[in-house]
Amino acid sequence: MSILVVAEHDNSKLNQVTLHVIAAAKEMGGDVDVLVAGKDCGAVAEAASKADGVAKVRCADADCYGHQLAENMALLIAELGKDYKHVLGAHSTSGKNFMPRVAALLDVAMISDIIAVESEDTFKRPIYAGNAIATVQSTDGIKVVTVRHTAFDAVAAEGGSASVEAVDAAHDAEISEFVDEELVKLDRPELSAAKVVVSGGRGMGSGENFKILDGIADKLGAAMGASRAAVDAGYVPNDMQVGQTGKIVAPELYIAIGISGAIQHLAGMKDSKVIVAINKDEDAPIFQVADYGLVADLFKAVPELEEKLNEVL
Amino acid sequence: MKVLVAVKRVIDYNVKVRVKSDQSDVDLNNVKMAVNPFCEIAIEEAVRMKEAGTAEEVVAVSIGPKVCQEQLRTALALGADRAILVETDDELQPLTIAKLLKAVYEKEEPGLVILGKQSIDADNNQTGQMFAALAGLPQGTGASKVSIDGDKVTVTREVDGGLQTVALKAPAVVTTDLRLNEPRYASLPNIMKAKKKQLDVMSPSDLGVEVKQTFKTLKVEPPPERKGGIKVETVDELVDKLKNEAKVI
Ligand SMILES: Cc1cc2nc3c(=O)[nH]c(=O)nc-3n(C[C@H](O)[C@H](O)[C@H](O)COP(=O)(O)OP(=O)(O)OC[C@H]3O[C@@H](n4cnc5c(N)ncnc54)[C@H](O)[C@@H]3O)c2cc1C
Ligand SMILES: Nc1ncnc2c1ncn2[C@@H]1O[C@H](COP(=O)(O)O)[C@@H](O)[C@H]1O
Repeated sequence: MSILVVAEHDNSKLNQVTLHVIAAAKEMGGDVDVLVAGKDCGAVAEAASKADGVAKVRCADADCYGHQLAENMALLIAELGKDYKHVLGAHSTSGKNFMPRVAALLDVAMISDIIAVESEDTFKRPIYAGNAIATVQSTDGIKVVTVRHTAFDAVAAEGGSASVEAVDAAHDAEISEFVDEELVKLDRPELSAAKVVVSGGRGMGSGENFKILDGIADKLGAAMGASRAAVDAGYVPNDMQVGQTGKIVAPELYIAIGISGAIQHLAGMKDSKVIVAINKDEDAPIFQVADYGLVADLFKAVPELEEKLNEVL
Repeated sequence: MKVLVAVKRVIDYNVKVRVKSDQSDVDLNNVKMAVNPFCEIAIEEAVRMKEAGTAEEVVAVSIGPKVCQEQLRTALALGADRAILVETDDELQPLTIAKLLKAVYEKEEPGLVILGKQSIDADNNQTGQMFAALAGLPQGTGASKVSIDGDKVTVTREVDGGLQTVALKAPAVVTTDLRLNEPRYASLPNIMKAKKKQLDVMSPSDLGVEVKQTFKTLKVEPPPERKGGIKVETVDELVDKLKNEAKVI
């Protein structure tokens, strides 16, 4: 029996996280099918069919999936999922939205946010904000799982040649409706995919002050992140929050500026390869996880850092 | 409308847990317990609805051992009208909790059910969605704004790309995100009054639900330690290390 991976996309582009979820699926053993559900999402199905290791792409193209409403998505995925041994999605806000509904409709448990595959029924996942790692074994016939994409290397985006098959099933639960969305325009790499992340905390003092991070972020080609305190204070939008209850990142380089390092923040970034912290408090807990800590006033250190980077890069 | 709020007892968010040496679980002995922070936000939202006249009654429900009464008393002190404990000492997994919530929902018939988006111990982010699916209800997860107009519930959700707004047909399920509101503290007089509010206790079998486990926790380990780093004295030294030692720039 095979594995169904639910693709993450915006109807025009396949989100990279899907390539990481496919990688996790391959470790579970079996053919990997990808479901693309959306509206006018043919290009996404096409892209998914080229991903390495995909056996078949199933494309459900209908109005009711246009905004990936959980009520409709879950009906579709649960119907198709009955014939698979694993149903996988990303542990993103959309995966978190519909995958538990899928599990409930299939009357099985869901295993959230896995970081390792031990065998086809046993997985590792962080609990308590990453302060413990649990190994869990599922006894359900169908395993419904969401994957922490940073824990699995992406499969190649090109090289495969899976067939694309249309799925003719428009499930509209008619209990919810999309109203609108305010998507933040990104002129930087996406947080969850960036190689370098520059994050600011409450120490930044204001939204205006966040601009002083632009120079280093530009120079390093970095995505911009933030602590919860910076988001709550309205300095920056919610989609920038890194942490236990925000986004999980694991870039090559994470630079935390004016962030104290609460466990909830560390949960979202402590798997980064190299961590730099700039904080004026030498006892700030962030220094316990930082490879390189600089005790300094950020308003002095950040411009200096920008200048220095301009010199050497 | 009546609002049902699901409240979970969890470790206090300030506590850094330790794994037991036999790797069976984390050590919860003598650890401070509290209402899950997202559930506090859920209670606050329901109480504000009552204060605004949109909700007539706020009922808090918790599922777990007898000690969960403490968290229900907190909910009552924060303004819930009455509480229900579904008492069991068995291990609870989200699907079972969702089934128990569905049974309570069918008894109470609320117009809105508010849960936290995530419990900070197991970090599941599942229960509200599972319950909504079982009850056939629409959901607004990770809510940063909720407004009610007749049987239309409009929810703004915090999503990866920004914000999304959906309209749900009541009865509906909402799960809270951090920015929905800032919960109040319980005042001493309200803590005293809460002791006299109604708290009903029932068992899973009273509700006709079997407590089942379909996954097992084989072991719980500490995460890999990060090796301690160094402090650099100057920005020059920092840049030099990043370039020549770590080779990340
Ligand atoms: C349920 C729950 C979920 C949470 N989820 C998250 C989450 O996902 N992500 C998250 O980040 N947090 C989360 N938190 C919040 C977390 O507990 C902390 O409150 C938060 O991370 C603190 O943010 P901060 O470090 O920016 O602010 P603070 O802790 O206030 O730290 C500010 C730091 O800036 C430094 N500073 C100030 N001025 C300067 C200066 N001029 N130069 C240099 N340094 C300076 C200070 O020394 C201090 O260390 C959550 C909390 C709860 C209860
Ligand atoms: N044992 C429980 N009793 C009451 N509510 C619960 C329980 N477990 C989970 N919930 C609710 O479901 C939310 C999400 O929990 P979880 O799915 O475990 O992350 C919590 O914030 C609670 O509102």
